[in-house]
Amino acid sequence: MEKKEFHIIAETGIHARPATLLVQAASKYNADITLTYKDKSVNLKSIMGVMSLGVGQNADVTIAADGADEADAIAAIGDAMKKEGLAE
Amino acid sequence: MTKMLKGIAASDGIAAAKAYMLVQPDLSFSEASIDDPAAEIKRLENAVDAAKDELKIIKEKAAANLGAEEAEVFEAHLTILSDPELMGNINDKIKDEKVNAEKALKDVTDTFIAMFEGMTDNAYMQERAGDIRDVTKRVLSHLLGVTLPNPALIDEEVVIVAHDLTPSDTAQLDRKYVKGFITDIGGRTSHSAIMSRTLEIPAIVGSGSATTTISEGQTVIIDGIEGNALVDPSSEELKNYAEKAEAFAKQKAEWKELKDAKTVTANGKNFILGANIGTPKDVEGANDNGAEAVGLFRSEFLYMDASELPSEDDQFEAYKQAVEGMNGKQVVVRTMDIGGDKELPYLPLPEEMNPFLGYRAIRISLDRQDIFRTQLRALLRASNYGKLAIMFPMIATVKEFKEAKAIFEEEKEKLVKKGTSVSNDIEVGMMMEIPAAAMIADKLAKYSDFFSIGTNDLIQYSMAADRGNERVSYLYQPYNPSILRLVKNIIDASHKEGKWTGMCGEMAGDQIAVPILAGLGLDEFSMSATSILKTRSLMKKIDTTKMQELAAKATNDCETTEEVIELVKQYTK
Repeated sequence: MEKKEFHIIAETGIHARPATLLVQAASKYNADITLTYKDKSVNLKSIMGVMSLGVGQNADVTIAADGADEADAIAAIGDAMKKEGLAE
Repeated sequence: MTKMLKGIAASDGIAAAKAYMLVQPDLSFSEASIDDPAAEIKRLENAVDAAKDELKIIKEKAAANLGAEEAEVFEAHLTILSDPELMGNINDKIKDEKVNAEKALKDVTDTFIAMFEGMTDNAYMQERAGDIRDVTKRVLSHLLGVTLPNPALIDEEVVIVAHDLTPSDTAQLDRKYVKGFITDIGGRTSHSAIMSRTLEIPAIVGSGSATTTISEGQTVIIDGIEGNALVDPSSEELKNYAEKAEAFAKQKAEWKELKDAKTVTANGKNFILGANIGTPKDVEGANDNGAEAVGLFRSEFLYMDASELPSEDDQFEAYKQAVEGMNGKQVVVRTMDIGGDKELPYLPLPEEMNPFLGYRAIRISLDRQDIFRTQLRALLRASNYGKLAIMFPMIATVKEFKEAKAIFEEEKEKLVKKGTSVSNDIEVGMMMEIPAAAMIADKLAKYSDFFSIGTNDLIQYSMAADRGNERVSYLYQPYNPSILRLVKNIIDASHKEGKWTGMCGEMAGDQIAVPILAGLGLDEFSMSATSILKTRSLMKKIDTTKMQELAAKATNDCETTEEVIELVKQYTK
């Protein structure tokens, strides 16, 4: 299992467009990937799950991947976060 | 036997084609318990796959016909249907509770809809509830074996029959196949009517009973000139209408010859005929129809088609594209006119008893200066690329105008200090749509570079009659002497200060109103692009000295709208 924490800096948090892009990035990998915020975990491949968390600005979230391509998945999601200005 | 339907003529032209019923089918179902969950899940999967296939085609069609932006919503629908959380929950429900797929689908999506709608601090998420609802409907239709109307999939010539057409309905219509439309409700200024004129499709609105009178596949003739529809016409009637359509096409061709001509009256007076546009894309239609200016560029699309406030750069690009497209002809941009019947999902405004009399337009701009200043900066930057003018909507008092103008000057100065080049001859004017402002037009004319009369609102506020309320629609009287007197007052006041007055409401392209307005000395007439050539042709026939006489009689002697109409007919015979 590979884990990484992110501090969300985007003013609007994770919603709408950035959520879609994160889900798209996660869906490319076989590993099970979860997004955890305030002790609640959702499937990062589910747009409904991600949006239902209501992650706002300054939230600390953890992304965990479990599977053969877990390291690549975490790296790609980290890139997507940066690219979208979600986290540093 | 031919049936005849009468409605409001919304857009010129004649069309005959088979009816396409844009009506929602019955999606009610009964709950049932099932014995074989695996088979039920398979049934659901088949329905979801069918819905996905359908959405993919719709998405492609929408992208090809209407642009990538309009197609995005279908991509969102596809994402929802591929969602593991959503689909997993539905499958679990079928397995655990042994309910049929319809019930499981409805229960699970209802939970998500409730959850998203409950996010009251996040308007964007609340809107997504609508997407889930749409997707649920589509899957349900496949489970139930009924067909949802998919206007984006139309691939033969049709006449659309609908209760009303919403912006998302019209966004899916392909101009190539949609020959005309008829709705149950709506008036000349409703969304569907304005859309039909933009798309140049013959249309009738407010027919009352189109959806109950017409059935799928029947032949319908739409006479958008008279506002009549013929259902199941005889071959004789079809022939007559084909002749009428041909005559109309001929007239249109004659009008086309005036495309590059100036607007000149019989006695050699010049007027400016402009187009009203909603997006920079509409500039093409304005030019094709011989517009001499854009008298109204509604900036709302920037705000309405977005999920957050539009950035300065996005706005700049849009304004720049419009002024460049008009090649040095003036483009009057109206600053944000949100409120009233236009809402923004991401800028929730408090619920109001009378939104048309409430917090809207310049009232929001002066309060939320962050939004206003961003828009002004974008406009100022775009002013370098053509001839741009700015006007403020819903100005009621001198103080409001001065405040708005002062903010404009501040932003201009800041940009100039930063070294940004800004045009030095940007005219800054105002909409004339509040009777109070019309009454002190002489005072406002000292500060405003021009006036633009917004007739739809001016009439609704003067008559104290909601323009969307059919019971009081008889009070929508553009030719009533009361309205004409206000218009005269505005025009005269501007001329006294050496300023000009335009009109950007529906009335400016109205063939009865144009002769009076020409007589009153209106300088610029801005209308749906498709009305320009017809109006230019009308102008060629009128003599302004005679029209001045007509205007004087209409404003001084006439008591009623009917008398004014009669008078215009006498004078333009």
